[in-house]
Amino acid sequence: MDFASLLTDVLREATGPTAIAYALAAIGLNIHFGLTGLINMGQAGFMLLGAYGFAISTIAGLPLVVAFLIAIGCAVVFALILGLPTLKLRGDYLAIVTIAAAEIIRFIGRSVGLNDLTGGSQGLLGNQFKYSFEGASPFADGLVAIGPISLQMNASNSWWLRIVGWGLVALACLIVFLLLRSPWGRVLKGIREDEDAVRALGKNVYTFKLQSLVLGGVFGAVGGIVISLASSVQPDSLGRPVTFNTWTILLLGGAATVFGPVLGSILFWAALVLVRGLMRGLIPPDVLSSTEIEPLGFVLVGITLVLLIVFRPQGILGDKKELAING
Amino acid sequence: MAEPIVTDAVNPDVVAARDALRGVAHTPGVAKPTPLLVADGVRRTFGGVNAVDVEHLEVQSNVITALIGPNGAGKTTFFNLMTGFDRPDAGSWTFDGKSLAGVPASRVSKSGMVRTFQLTKALSRMTVLENMRLGARDQVGEGMGAALLRPLWRKQEKEVTEKARDLLARFKLDTKESDFAGSLSGGQRKLLEMARALMSDPTLVMLDEPMAGVNPALTQSLLGHITALRDSGTSVLFVEHDMHMVRHISDWVVVMAEGKVVAEGPPKEVMDDQAVIDAYLGSHHDTDLGDDSLLEEESVISAEAMAELEAEEEAK
Repeated sequence: MDFASLLTDVLREATGPTAIAYALAAIGLNIHFGLTGLINMGQAGFMLLGAYGFAISTIAGLPLVVAFLIAIGCAVVFALILGLPTLKLRGDYLAIVTIAAAEIIRFIGRSVGLNDLTGGSQGLLGNQFKYSFEGASPFADGLVAIGPISLQMNASNSWWLRIVGWGLVALACLIVFLLLRSPWGRVLKGIREDEDAVRALGKNVYTFKLQSLVLGGVFGAVGGIVISLASSVQPDSLGRPVTFNTWTILLLGGAATVFGPVLGSILFWAALVLVRGLMRGLIPPDVLSSTEIEPLGFVLVGITLVLLIVFRPQGILGDKKELAING
Repeated sequence: MAEPIVTDAVNPDVVAARDALRGVAHTPGVAKPTPLLVADGVRRTFGGVNAVDVEHLEVQSNVITALIGPNGAGKTTFFNLMTGFDRPDAGSWTFDGKSLAGVPASRVSKSGMVRTFQLTKALSRMTVLENMRLGARDQVGEGMGAALLRPLWRKQEKEVTEKARDLLARFKLDTKESDFAGSLSGGQRKLLEMARALMSDPTLVMLDEPMAGVNPALTQSLLGHITALRDSGTSVLFVEHDMHMVRHISDWVVVMAEGKVVAEGPPKEVMDDQAVIDAYLGSHHDTDLGDDSLLEEESVISAEAMAELEAEEEAK
């Protein structure tokens, strides 16, 4: 088997739009869970809304920046609809409502009635809405090789998308870093620990939780835009498994840290490609076919993660001391 | 180590309030000269049981008022109702002249009535200093947008930190500043919670069983802190089962039983009151509620405990 090309694949995936999108979604989830203690089980819903918001407005002829803002607006409205009725209740209710709401978004998106708008279960093809983003690239078109990776400069899974994507990740990390050490972040952490105590200190817990839900959801929507720009908007590819993978990434990297979600995302996708590649190369096809290896990759990564959480529950970057304290 | 209990108030407001209380009748629901908290017809039922049914209660400002009563008398529920953590079925109440009925807990706290909890709510995975900072009011940096622009709140943060350190020093927690609150002992958490409540300079502090689970060695200093609080102009209302504490630091005692106020008056009279003895019948029937000799015995114990603690500290 060809190890060099496998490692190139790993590198390509670990720095690619999927890793970027999941990093952004996990950064959002980190604001919800790591900072505020909100259990959002519908981050995929925010991503899908972001993707739809961006793609549909671009297809309608709106410029890039406006489409981007509309996608963010969708996430804000979605967060408010979810948060206003549930954030006054106990935490579990938000989990139930978010997982259901994300599914509702997906089912609405793939419904036949909305075929003209969302493309139904076929989704929206990338070629319909990628032009404004690709057109905004200052670089010349063409195949460019940097190191072992050779990609189109501007089209689809491109260098241009990676540059913008990692720029967005860096910006998101900067925002989380600034918020973590601010009095606002302190109130959120207080809410995570005990919201009644924070209420007794005169803070309007409800408003803070709503702000947190909105901000984290917006990062999710931005992640959704990145993933749709790499391929297409396909409702079934942004379903529940995406939310669960995002959670895994967050816990792998370390909740309540700045770079945990980013590191988690890179490692998660690198590990998945590596495991699948190794199995494909080492196991003869008559023992396991490549269609069987695909899901088995997830199984093995899952087992690795279970072990990691058993032996290092705080994640890679987490503070063991902080996690050791209970109640 | 333990600070002596300050029994002679130095604050003229406290002296005046105490003098005024002397002329007040010892009947349940009596009007006070300068009441801070006034509750009227506050009722809360849990499935047919009247947990709280207070016809009229006034809490005098500038003194320490104790709220006592047997388990299930409705003291904590009354606290929850007053501070907006629970809603009554009926009734109204005013704090500092403003109606607080239906006002959410955070706004109650903002208006100057700050509470602590029976089961201490230290924010475990935050440092002691961060816990304290959280108690400060009107922080610019608590706005989501302003949070990103440090220059907007750097100066205020510095002031808040200074104040937090002062209070921590007063409560002898200054050496624990950068420890996680979750690593503190039960008594230290009580102290932290009280200190945190003081970050906002409240008008009335409501302490729910400040002594519960506190090491006897810390009891003395906690009592000292509460009296010092009153002398610095903060009114105190506390729920407590420890009769010695009630007797020694409170200026006025309110007794609740089965949700109702059954007696009030100065500590000594109240503890001799037949209604109070009846209320406690069964648990304290044969004990003198607030026998001084018991307290002295306890202070011996606390001195021993203190010595032990110090020995342990040194051993580390």
